[in-house]
Amino acid sequence: MRELLSRIAETLYWIGRYVERSDDIARLLDVSLHRTLGDDEDWSTVLAILGHEGGDNPTTETMIQRLAYDSATPSSIAGCVRAARENARGVREIISSEVWECLNVTWNELPIRQIGAERLGPHGYLRYVRERAALFSGLTDATMSRDDGWLFIVLGRSLERVDMTARLLAVHAEVLPSEFAPPSESTGWKALLEACGADESFTRTHRGDAKRVLEFLLLDRLFPRSVMHALTTAEQCLAELSPNQGRAGMNDPARAAVGRVRMALEYADTAGLEEQLPELLITLQAACVIASEGLTERFFQHASTLRWELGVQALGGAVWKPAGV
Amino acid sequence: MADIFDSYALADAWDEMFERPGTPRPPYQGLFAALQPLGADELRFRADQLARVFTDRGVTFDYAGEERPFPLDLIPRVIDAAEWDLISRAVRQRVRTLEAFLADVYGGRQIFHDGVVPWGLLHSSPHFHRTADGIRPANGVRVHIAGIDIIRDETGAFRVLEDNVRTPSGVSYVLENRLAMMRTLPALFTEQRVRPVDEYPARLLAALRRAAPAAINDPTVVVLTPGVYNAAYFEHALLARLMGVELVEGRDLVCENNRVYMVTTHGKRPVHVIYRRVDDDYLDPLHFRPDSTLGCPGLLNAARAGTVAIANAVGNGVADDKLLYTYVPDLMKYYLGETPLISNVETYRLEDADTLEWVLANVGDLVLKPVDGAGGKGIVIGPRASGETLAGLTENVQKDPRKWIAQRPVALSTSPALIGDLPRPRHIDLRPFAVNDGDDVWLLPGGLTRVALPEGELVVNSSQGGGSKDTWVLSEPGPRIPHVAAGGHQPPAHWQPSRNAAWDGESEQ
Repeated sequence: MRELLSRIAETLYWIGRYVERSDDIARLLDVSLHRTLGDDEDWSTVLAILGHEGGDNPTTETMIQRLAYDSATPSSIAGCVRAARENARGVREIISSEVWECLNVTWNELPIRQIGAERLGPHGYLRYVRERAALFSGLTDATMSRDDGWLFIVLGRSLERVDMTARLLAVHAEVLPSEFAPPSESTGWKALLEACGADESFTRTHRGDAKRVLEFLLLDRLFPRSVMHALTTAEQCLAELSPNQGRAGMNDPARAAVGRVRMALEYADTAGLEEQLPELLITLQAACVIASEGLTERFFQHASTLRWELGVQALGGAVWKPAGV
Repeated sequence: MADIFDSYALADAWDEMFERPGTPRPPYQGLFAALQPLGADELRFRADQLARVFTDRGVTFDYAGEERPFPLDLIPRVIDAAEWDLISRAVRQRVRTLEAFLADVYGGRQIFHDGVVPWGLLHSSPHFHRTADGIRPANGVRVHIAGIDIIRDETGAFRVLEDNVRTPSGVSYVLENRLAMMRTLPALFTEQRVRPVDEYPARLLAALRRAAPAAINDPTVVVLTPGVYNAAYFEHALLARLMGVELVEGRDLVCENNRVYMVTTHGKRPVHVIYRRVDDDYLDPLHFRPDSTLGCPGLLNAARAGTVAIANAVGNGVADDKLLYTYVPDLMKYYLGETPLISNVETYRLEDADTLEWVLANVGDLVLKPVDGAGGKGIVIGPRASGETLAGLTENVQKDPRKWIAQRPVALSTSPALIGDLPRPRHIDLRPFAVNDGDDVWLLPGGLTRVALPEGELVVNSSQGGGSKDTWVLSEPGPRIPHVAAGGHQPPAHWQPSRNAAWDGESEQ
């Protein structure tokens, strides 16, 4: 198979992450807005999930502005779409024309969608972003060869999904501790399921048994947005990217991290999930960080950007010393 | 419904399309007949459609730091077979001349010893690089891609305006324009046979592969771009994709032991041919600007060692020098024993004191050009310049006459361009693209016709906010070759399903 430039591998990985992130934020916002029609939503929950600092008394309008429309923030929808599109612009000879145009058109149309959303409410905007993310996934799957480039996109998407779902669970567990006890008060869990796009699938699988929400989102092997499924996909991608592992051990730190946490989930005790949750989530987040670092170490080490300066004319010739990063 | 060409008033120049109002020249008759039935509304509608499609496809260039769609005018420029034959022979002649000259400059420098061109020109040329001296390309080619700018003067004669043998750009617009026109106005193409342009990427790749070091059977070719913020980035990406080669940036390359490698997810892989779109100055910090991060340290040493071919070669800029331009007819005589098939515009060298005096006295009637100004930068058109500009110019020219040439002002030919709802005459030029594979110089049929969109503007350049036209070269007149439905039909040399598929998808949105 043809090798991929390290710079391009890294760019593709981030395109996968950014598109998934825009999708996840859109879902999260959509659900939060829907839940709180009329009510005052406690936006600090959503802010915490996305790693924003809490502002003073945020209103729904300012939050939407901040989390959806503000393209200057990398953790807003517009910011993610923009980052994905800018990255794609640098690799447009690698991705298919359809995929490039999908991201380019998505970005070009955002201002128009925003104008519409300001009149009719943000739902249309959020749905547009979700649909375009789905189109992106569909086009990458339908028009790109299953080579390393495709694997890096899917890898980015899967790791981002693990990360975002873990954040969602962490915040919900933190602010809604009472929900653990009485399953009847299920609004918090319902929102969580909807944010993960899992409510219908969950209802069909477990008939709305609120005790099994955690199990579904973390451990379900068939639901494509569960942590388990995303980890499995990520691990498969990594296995394909560096297949020769010798007879023992694992020389790929990213795959080791993903594999270990997947195994921990694979054999987790479903009965005690709630008690284990805080610990599990910490493990998950840590695994994502290690995996990201491992990927950078192994695949993305391109020649560091050097600035060459004319050094002292000592050793009978020019001495060059690298400066900068 | 009034004809769209009814109100077309000829400007004070040779018009490409009309002999006199209402009477198109012979090559344009088919086009005229096809365009006439379309109303102004229809044309506008198609033009808007075209612009939107370019934005969505990202067919853009950076203008003043902003990504903009490259404006494509709806009305094509037509060149008949006989005129194209003249242009292509003239460009070949010119490329062969400049190749011989560059081989001489970086070899024995015989032409200077023989006194045909003064030594001073060489030593004062900022683009003559001593560090490239003695580097011999494996197949002898230094000008792999040339863009020779050609205009038509008031009498209808072609003239060479300038030579670009460093990194001529614009070919991507030729390819995209044709595709866009065929999708938007397919009816225009049914009346006559227009020579296709889609052979270019395959020709370019073949020429680059043949430039590889002799010992390499299956060379790895890459396109080196300065990155996404370069004005022509779109073109770099398109060419890399159409040739199916890697598009690399300087930071993707490393040199070790005079060999060039690219850094991949599976380690370093050797590179044999670099089609670079990075200027000499930024190419190799070891030899040129030490603060450049766009190139890769060691490239030039590798080229000297013969392990990598750089296309176009380092140091070609000495042939782009506009002072050298004035010597090209002499070079042609010296190296080929030929006279130019298409002559230069009348040009005056300012190093001679008498000429300088005369030029400065008549600066208001002449065009003054800086010798290394690319993209129409720094050109002063005397008859249109303010007194202030002319005074400043006089001072600059007196300070360093070597940096300037003077030319007779030529009213470039005009062609109808859609401005608002109606066609108006606008000045145009032509950049044919030539690819030299060492055995033959091949010309892309047509090339880039650039159009100056402001009324009366004579500087035609995309970096000055110009647009372009699809450029048609008509096949030899004669019976159409009937399409063979099955059997005995050769498959097309370069099939590009993905591009067309993308267009089909687009038109549905």
